[in-house]
Amino acid sequence: MLTDAERQEIESHVAEYPYKRAACIEALKVVQRERGWVSDESLKDIAVLLEMTPDELDNVATFYNLIFRQPVGKHVILLCDSVSCWIMGYEKMRRHLSERLGIGFGGTTPDGEFTLLPIVCLGDCDHAPVMMVDNDTHNNLDPAKIDQILDTYRKEA
Amino acid sequence: METPLTRNIQPDRVPLDIKSSERADGYQGLRKALKELTPADVMETVKQSDLKGRGGAGFPTGVKWSFVPMGDDAPRPKYLIVNADEMEPGTFKDRLLLEGDPHMVIEGAIISAYAIQAGVGYIFLRWEYKEAERRLRKAIAEAYEAGYLGKNILGSGFDFELHLHVSAGRYMCGEETGLLNSLEGRRAIPRAKPPFPQVSGLWGKPTIVNNVETVSCVPHILRNGPDWFKGLSLTADGGTKIYGASGRVKLPGLWELPLGTTLREILFEHAGGMQDGYQFRGVLPGGASTDFLTEEHLEVKMDFTGVQNAGSRLGTGTLIVLDDQTCPVGMVQNLEHFFAQESCGWCTPCREGLPWVARTLQALEDGNGLPEDLEILAAHTKLLGPGNTFCALAPGAMEPLQSALKYFHDDFERHVREKGCPWR
Repeated sequence: MLTDAERQEIESHVAEYPYKRAACIEALKVVQRERGWVSDESLKDIAVLLEMTPDELDNVATFYNLIFRQPVGKHVILLCDSVSCWIMGYEKMRRHLSERLGIGFGGTTPDGEFTLLPIVCLGDCDHAPVMMVDNDTHNNLDPAKIDQILDTYRKEA
Repeated sequence: METPLTRNIQPDRVPLDIKSSERADGYQGLRKALKELTPADVMETVKQSDLKGRGGAGFPTGVKWSFVPMGDDAPRPKYLIVNADEMEPGTFKDRLLLEGDPHMVIEGAIISAYAIQAGVGYIFLRWEYKEAERRLRKAIAEAYEAGYLGKNILGSGFDFELHLHVSAGRYMCGEETGLLNSLEGRRAIPRAKPPFPQVSGLWGKPTIVNNVETVSCVPHILRNGPDWFKGLSLTADGGTKIYGASGRVKLPGLWELPLGTTLREILFEHAGGMQDGYQFRGVLPGGASTDFLTEEHLEVKMDFTGVQNAGSRLGTGTLIVLDDQTCPVGMVQNLEHFFAQESCGWCTPCREGLPWVARTLQALEDGNGLPEDLEILAAHTKLLGPGNTFCALAPGAMEPLQSALKYFHDDFERHVREKGCPWR
């Protein structure tokens, strides 16, 4: 079941378009922001609200890189693997993150704190290497800075 | 030297609010357009300015607008879309404008909408640009409050609603017709052309999609005139350009410079040249989907024709620099992996061909390359080239590959001969 707040927020997006389904990406993001990911149940609820079939909505949901159809950790780390970051030391950052967290891309730490994912160019190439954690961009990365950043999010939890 | 696009952008990028923006000539171009000019006048002014699209293709903006049906019989509503889905690897110029001067982008959108008589607009923004999202939301609300958006703007009788649409991440959304499908709540797959979006676009209505930097030029063209805009440039294409550089240069960053500034000046003056201990080997002049240029091209003027004559494209104008301690084969593998992953899967050559290319390059890197792999790669640059795929994604992906095979052929051969990457 969608909460009243989720339903209201989705309806406010529906008002921005002439057809309901145009709000479906926003709707998926609303649910994901509240629950971390989009379950089959949530997907069906959104589909009903937007007068789509669940298949039509899943077709959209599975296309976009940032809609999660599986549970993720409390914090999602998006490490840029595109060309400028690759030149400036992406591999080293990936290895360091993997070692520190004990997971590879697509993995979630056993304590449920972090999920690690690759992401395409974050548009901050003059400060490469770059990653996002949740909604925040962190740039000019080096292993020591990554350690500091991870500690900050752990404490926040 | 005048820098109209960035003159109100502070070093920390905190943007001017609407009052400060108005004191700095913000919304003056819009006032002039609505109070003194007809939509046809605005279109003509932009045509005369020689403004060409800054998203990569370089099509003349005023000409693009002129394909939109006008008059009482034209289908309505028409749509004006600002493409702020900046996802071309190595490109970070639109972020500067969106974060640094959102009111300039909004003003440009309103004037562009007036020219084509669009009733509704969307700024199509990528999810990852969180700061831009916050600042645009605030600026749009301020613009509504000030009467620059909504009904009867500045008493002109012109109505325009502007919404912010935040995407969920997919490179294909930057492709004009893929963007339209995405905005309709579908997968971002390309549409057949014709019909062109100017005639039948979003929900079948006439639609213009313009890049952030393109619409940002429009208020200044209206305020100062097309001749002034042409005069900003060193060449035939009008205006300034936000150039950038990333990679092993001393001062990576962004600079607003006259269109037609040479590659050498951007690389060695503004970007400070190579970092100590690194030598210049080549550069992608305008994002991931442009051909490499090398030492011999340093005097090339970075405008649409200059870069084209050198065998590449101006693209987004943001340089990605290859140094001597970075493997060109590895760099191209990284690029092709990106394109293979971001292919929407709609047409077979792109869906099947790009992963094959990426795997072949990976085999070279891992020491499993065969002599015939270089021929297979070369064949793909033709098979996935212009005319063989549904949209420009795969042909764009072939540009760095075909030029790497040309300029760095010895390095490819070494990977086969030495059974692995010499840089590892």
